[in-house]
Amino acid sequence: MTEKEALFSYCLRLGDDALIHSYRLSEWCRNAPMLEEDLALTNFALDLTGRARALLTYAGEIEGKGRTEDDLAYRREERHYFNNLICELPKGDFATTIVRLLFTATQEHLFYSELTHSQDGTLAAIAAKTVKEAQYHMVHASDWVRRLGLGTEESHERLERAIDELCPYTGEMFETDKVVAVLQDKNIAVDNAAIRSNWKTYIEDILREVGVMVPGSQHMQTGGRKGIHTEYMGHILTEMQYLQRTYPDATW
Amino acid sequence: MELLKHSEEENEESLKHFEEKIERGDSIEPRDTMPEAYRKHLIRQMSQHAHSEVIGMQPEGNWITRAPSLRARQILLAKIQDEGGHGLYLYSATETLGISRDEMIAQLHAGKAKYSNIFNYPALTWADIGAIGWLVDGAAIVNQVSLQRTSYGPYSRAMVRICKEESFHQRQGYEIMTKMIRGTSEQQQMAQDAMNRWWWPSLMMFGPHDSESPHTGDAFRWRIKRHSNDELRQKFIDKTVQQAEVIGLTIPDEDLKWNEEKGHYDHGPIDWDEFYRVITGNGPCNRQRIAHHKKVHDDGAWVRIAAAAYRERIKKQNDNQ
Repeated sequence: MTEKEALFSYCLRLGDDALIHSYRLSEWCRNAPMLEEDLALTNFALDLTGRARALLTYAGEIEGKGRTEDDLAYRREERHYFNNLICELPKGDFATTIVRLLFTATQEHLFYSELTHSQDGTLAAIAAKTVKEAQYHMVHASDWVRRLGLGTEESHERLERAIDELCPYTGEMFETDKVVAVLQDKNIAVDNAAIRSNWKTYIEDILREVGVMVPGSQHMQTGGRKGIHTEYMGHILTEMQYLQRTYPDATW
Repeated sequence: MELLKHSEEENEESLKHFEEKIERGDSIEPRDTMPEAYRKHLIRQMSQHAHSEVIGMQPEGNWITRAPSLRARQILLAKIQDEGGHGLYLYSATETLGISRDEMIAQLHAGKAKYSNIFNYPALTWADIGAIGWLVDGAAIVNQVSLQRTSYGPYSRAMVRICKEESFHQRQGYEIMTKMIRGTSEQQQMAQDAMNRWWWPSLMMFGPHDSESPHTGDAFRWRIKRHSNDELRQKFIDKTVQQAEVIGLTIPDEDLKWNEEKGHYDHGPIDWDEFYRVITGNGPCNRQRIAHHKKVHDDGAWVRIAAAAYRERIKKQNDNQ
């Protein structure tokens, strides 16, 4: 694997995480429990869409075949999307969305803080912008974890259920493989495994604070980085790609 | 809100003061004494305006996950987010009149409060997103620009902010229409079809003709309303016909023609039967819009209850310290 191939994959992975998670967050627009939260979740969907645009545009440049952000976002087959599975799971109830945001934003905050030191100038610049957004998402999710965890019996139960459902999808965020190794050698990529303990500490601290049992070690689901998805992914693409696929000659 | 108690004499004095302020064109502020009918009129109009912003998120929201490019997704999300923000300002501005957001939402669900009739039409293709931005927001701006000078201070200030954002909405709608009319034949057909479906309902947004809705009423006397329905509708038609011509869209009105003498466009008859049919609950989406709002509100109740319980818990903790 050449450095260029690895960098292309790396950008696609990060771009797809943002692309697919933003799709799920955007499903809350007009559907949130209160207007204030409708605006907040839509804002996060906007942040992530912006991040997806930057990363997919850069992926297209590295590939050098003239593919644009939209070619990459809308014209790939399912097996060629490389987001982590946690991004594509259904939006679920509000607790599910908040827990997913807590898990991913905490990881992203740590990850993008490291990526600001990347030898790749474009990635470092994208990271500098992203790290602020991720921190804000993390704080917002943490505030809601406290409200739900210490609010009512029902909210506490829903929070626990969401944590239980999503935990098996958190291992993937810290996996490493050839793509990462090639780029780590050049000081371009982040050491995924190295940020895991800080992530775990933050999550365990906040869950303990609200009296939720921290799940022990368990089997972790995987496949996203290889393009092997959950059954939900096909439905996202069916909807997202509808206009691009129906009118392949049109520009919008 | 705690209402100040006055003697009858003081009341009369402050009502006189109210009328004088209106006469001078000063704005009325929440703590000013105002006639009960003025307050009620404003609550009705402003809550209807707030509900319109929020219900209006639904037809556009129908296309978020199908937006055809990442840029289009961003613009649409930002636009719908603005509408939600407008709803929020307007609910807050209305709360200054002594009614809570919960009460306003309960009135919406009970059918006692209305929202703009236009949102009872469906958004069927991507071109509808263009038509909504261009025509519906375009019509709303004409009305809202006029409301920037309305007599109630919080309402007029909310309108100033809202108008700035609405003009961005109208431009994005027009941009979608322009792109589609310059696109493939299927895109052109979609754009014209959306134009055909949204044109007449947009004209109806200004309400019945002045002959049916005389402007000698309180709303004019109190300077809540400053221009008549027909004046505003005419303003909208005049600016929009030219915009349609520039990009080559046809206005679906055979009687539409420039009237040299008046300096305005004449238009064909509006189907008021349709207007009254939709306004009385029989439009294509009336039931779905309220059912959706109610379901979202009910589904989210546990979250709001949890947030309130948490607030209470923190307050108790702080009180005990």
